[in-house]
Amino acid sequence: MTLLEVEGLSKSFGGVTAIADLCFKVPEQQVYSVIGPNGAGKTTLFNMLSGIYTPNEGSIKFQNRELIGRLPHQVASLGVSRTFQNLQMFFNMSVLDNVKVGCHLRTRSRIWSAALRLPGIFREERQAEAWSREALEFCRLEEFIGQEASALPYGVLKRLEIARALAAKPSLLLMDEPAAGLNDTETVEMRQLIRRICASGVTVLLVEHNMGLVMDVSDRILVIDYGSRLAEGTPTEIQRNPKVIQAYLGGEVQYAV
Amino acid sequence: MRYLRGFFILTAIVVAMPFLFPDNYYVTVVAVAAGLNAILAVSLNLLMGYAGQISLGHAAFFGIGAYSSAILTTRFGWNPWLAIVAGMALTCSVAFLVARPILRLKGHYLAMATLGLGIIVNILLVQGERWTGGPDGLGDIPTLSIFGWIVDSDLRWYIVIGSVLLLVVVLAQNIINSRSGRALRALHGSEVAAEMMGINTTATKTAVFVLAALIASLAGSLFSHQQTFVSPESFSFFFSIELVTMVVLGGMASTYGAVLGAVILTFLPELLVVFEEFEVMIFGAILMLMMIFLPQGLLVGFNEQIRKWLLQRARASGGEQRRDIA
Repeated sequence: MTLLEVEGLSKSFGGVTAIADLCFKVPEQQVYSVIGPNGAGKTTLFNMLSGIYTPNEGSIKFQNRELIGRLPHQVASLGVSRTFQNLQMFFNMSVLDNVKVGCHLRTRSRIWSAALRLPGIFREERQAEAWSREALEFCRLEEFIGQEASALPYGVLKRLEIARALAAKPSLLLMDEPAAGLNDTETVEMRQLIRRICASGVTVLLVEHNMGLVMDVSDRILVIDYGSRLAEGTPTEIQRNPKVIQAYLGGEVQYAV
Repeated sequence: MRYLRGFFILTAIVVAMPFLFPDNYYVTVVAVAAGLNAILAVSLNLLMGYAGQISLGHAAFFGIGAYSSAILTTRFGWNPWLAIVAGMALTCSVAFLVARPILRLKGHYLAMATLGLGIIVNILLVQGERWTGGPDGLGDIPTLSIFGWIVDSDLRWYIVIGSVLLLVVVLAQNIINSRSGRALRALHGSEVAAEMMGINTTATKTAVFVLAALIASLAGSLFSHQQTFVSPESFSFFFSIELVTMVVLGGMASTYGAVLGAVILTFLPELLVVFEEFEVMIFGAILMLMMIFLPQGLLVGFNEQIRKWLLQRARASGGEQRRDIA
């Protein structure tokens, strides 16, 4: 089953083409990676998928619904969540509250009923807390639960961002360079976490520069360069693809898988 | 109920003051002004401290409320309570209309736009002489009566303003510790991430802007009836700045901090009167020192100092407990 289908997608910024006529399909419950050199248009692609940018042309179908024309919060409400390349944590909030924000779409109370503490609020608060703890435990963050987000080290924040995204119970999780800036141990933990996420039934769309991680964790890989598709296939196919080796990896690079 | 701990302390203080200092000028007169300022600061703090949307025009909504009450009761003979509701309805529509275009702006631009709003409203109050009485203001505003209990003494006003303040504080705390409150804080932390978590940031900003304006309008109406006289200078740009100072001084994103900031900024000039011509200078110096030594604001900064001190003491008394407290 195809979860996400991108067709003829193009985006340019003031005459500079960032994405040109891009097509790909993401199958359900897989880890699908997008790789390419810096400036290849990966983050632009993510920003279009999540409704932050509007493409010039093309279509993005998620569960057969068109995403183009929807605002980010509307895209999120369909079951798409994401993490960011440069951390976008709520540093003014505690770890638990950060993840509780992730439960926003699964809860309903409004500002007026909250102000008056109508009876449903207490139940909803307990529910949001239970969901948040679940997401934190899933990402092995339970020991940080009582802390402020601003007090945490970088590697932990990377996982906290994922916990927040998972608290929304998405069907599709867009991960923008989850291993950037992590040390070796943290990268191994991240690899395991991505696998657990996929095993729990969430489709993962991954942008990552750490080739070892990408080759190890992906079911399929899309290679883009200058905003267009260069190759697509399983990790083994990609590693053997002469176009990829030549254009992107430059000749005789060996993977350290 | 932990988030209401401060509320109980505040209630105890508000209740105890008139008993501890009966017939004291500072309790019955200055504290009423402080209470009104605190209501305004708490509402502004929802918008500015929590949601991160700077407003330099909060006095505009205070003014709309005050003048609605003043005009409707003196010129049309409306019941004061009805006038308060009408004022809030008017404020609600004005806030709603300006919210969308204004809240698109960020940072300095938002500050400038709200500043403009404040100045426009103030000019309307000065120029609309036929209705507002112009620069001379409007007098003979009737006082309030609650089921026959006429609010006609300083002490009674203390009770009314104190109760409204406590109510507003509890509303604010309830909101902050809820789904909507987290949405507010989230959009302050990162607007793009908040959107991605499914928060409609435009609607959330509008809601908090309207809510803050409504509370300010209520405070304005109460001010009108308590003073029995209003004039445009109470709702000028300078008062908006004073409100921002209260919020920053007490500590952004802290409801009780906003109350403390309002209380200090109201009492300080009163207490400094003894210095006569040096009053303003000393006032400024005190503000500067406070911001230099407690930049996060008085309440927030003070709490932090206490926490640090407790932590140091715990470390000195033995290493094992370190983890629990940290």
